[in-house]
Amino acid sequence: MPLKTDAVGKTWGPTVYAVGREKIKEYALAVGETNPLHLDHEAARAAGYADVVAPPMFAVVYSAPAMGPVIFDPDVAMNFAMMVHGGQEFVWGPLVVAGDEITTRVECKSIAARDGRGYYVFESVSRNQDGETVCTGTWTNIVRGVE
Amino acid sequence: MNRPRPLQAGDQIPELRVTPDRFLTVRYAGASGDYNPIHIDEEFAKSVGLPGRILHGLYSMAQVARAQTEAGGGPASLRRLSVQFRGMGFPEQEIVVTGSVRETGERTAVVDAEAAQGDNRIIRNAEAELALP
Repeated sequence: MPLKTDAVGKTWGPTVYAVGREKIKEYALAVGETNPLHLDHEAARAAGYADVVAPPMFAVVYSAPAMGPVIFDPDVAMNFAMMVHGGQEFVWGPLVVAGDEITTRVECKSIAARDGRGYYVFESVSRNQDGETVCTGTWTNIVRGVE
Repeated sequence: MNRPRPLQAGDQIPELRVTPDRFLTVRYAGASGDYNPIHIDEEFAKSVGLPGRILHGLYSMAQVARAQTEAGGGPASLRRLSVQFRGMGFPEQEIVVTGSVRETGERTAVVDAEAAQGDNRIIRNAEAELALP
């Protein structure tokens, strides 16, 4: 199947995610974090934070509402059955804490065929309520069986 | 105050070992919102040709991240992390995250890392940038 590249440059969002204390704890426990900054709001406050601190990889949680529609967008037309998550990069800014509201926008940066595979690259940019960029994500999905 | 010697090029970061239990993928699905059945439904995973339920790639990446924040002294130390997902990871097998410092700058370090279950390297070519205190 020839690769459809119409979606390059398309943007999605913004979506807004309200960061909750219990969600941070749930995520931190699932990935095995033991640092009390993520689990105990009194420890986080004693360290100078307003509330529990999100582990850096919590970016996948606040980015998810923005990334979900991208994967299923008919303009992108990814063949899910043949898709794998090939690579991921995050660049972090100020830490996210419970109580923050994170706004995320996504852009399709490139779609290219190489060696019978389609490489789909998306960039998510997440900002907090003060307009600071807390995380930029580069998501690479690889789809087998393209020309 | 005594401080540990700062990371230097060639140093290994402390190894991180974790064995995701049988129901980890279910808890991670709930925590992350990724309910793809290849991670939580053994029969579905087998029906699409996998040996069984596989770990979420972003869970494995979170273990690589955790090794960095533990080496760097907390969540603020991790400035950037990029990974490539290759082999599939499985529940109930120990994950070992290793890393070595490639170079250091003024209060920064670049770490090459990987995550493996035995000989199965599930994350390769991970590169982390740490801010040092």
